[in-house]
Amino acid sequence: MASDATRLDVQTVDGVTVARFVDNRILDEAVIQVVGDQMYRLVDDDGLRKIVLDFQSVEHLSSAALGKLINMKKKVDASGGQLGMCNLRPDLLKIFKVTKLTKVFDIHKDIEKALKAF
Amino acid sequence: MLFSQAFSSDLHESASIQQQIMDIWLKNGVSDGDLPDLQLALEEGLANAVKHGNQLDPAKQVKVECQLLDDCMIRVTIEDEGAGFNPEEVPDPTDFENLDKPSGRGIVLMRAFMDEVLYNDEGNQLTFCKRCSINA
Repeated sequence: MASDATRLDVQTVDGVTVARFVDNRILDEAVIQVVGDQMYRLVDDDGLRKIVLDFQSVEHLSSAALGKLINMKKKVDASGGQLGMCNLRPDLLKIFKVTKLTKVFDIHKDIEKALKAF
Repeated sequence: MLFSQAFSSDLHESASIQQQIMDIWLKNGVSDGDLPDLQLALEEGLANAVKHGNQLDPAKQVKVECQLLDDCMIRVTIEDEGAGFNPEEVPDPTDFENLDKPSGRGIVLMRAFMDEVLYNDEGNQLTFCKRCSINA
C-alpha cells in the first residue's frame, strides 16, 4: 500500500506554483490516489491558480493517472486558473500523443518555457 | 510458463501480483527498455479485470498467465469472471467529445505499447504480446 507521504515537491517560482512528481512510475492504484489527492489540494485547499506540473522524474503513468490529470485540469479551469506541464520524457509524451491528450493539456519542453506561458 | 496464478479481485492483491511478475521478467533478463511498457500493459489489464470485469467483487477471481516464448516474445493472458465486453463498443477516448473524460484509455495504451492485444469472443479474457530484448 502506498504511504500518504508527500508525492509532490511544491515550490513557487515567479508567482507560479511548480509541483514536481516524486515518483518515477505513477502506475499503482494506491500511489495514483495519493498523487491525485495531493494535486487537488493545491487548488481546493491552498487556492492556487497558476500551476505547472513537472514530470522530470516520471518515466511512466497509467490511464488511471491520466484520469487524475484530466480532473486536475478541470479543477484549475473551473477556478479560472491555468495549468501547464513540462519536462515530459519521450516515452511519457508518447502516452499523451496516442491518447491525443496533447490537445487537452498545455505541454512545454522545460520549466522555463512553461513559466513564460503565464 | 513463467507465471500462472489466480487471485481475488482486490487492487492490493493485484499490485502484489504485478510486482511478482515484474520480478520474474527482470530475473529472466527482460531489458530495461521493455519493462516499463510491459508494466504499463500489465497494470491496465489487471485493473480492467479487477475493476470493470469482476467489479471489485472479492469472491470473483482473476487468472493471470505469463509466458516467455522462443522468439523472445512475452505473452500475458488475463481472465476475469465478469460478463465480458465488446472492445469495439468502448467509446474511442481519442474522439474530440471524449477527450476530457477521465477514464477509458487503458485499451488505447495497451495497443500503443504492445505488439498485439486480443480479446476472446466473450470479452473476459485479454491476451497481450510484446517481442522483447532479453539480456543473456
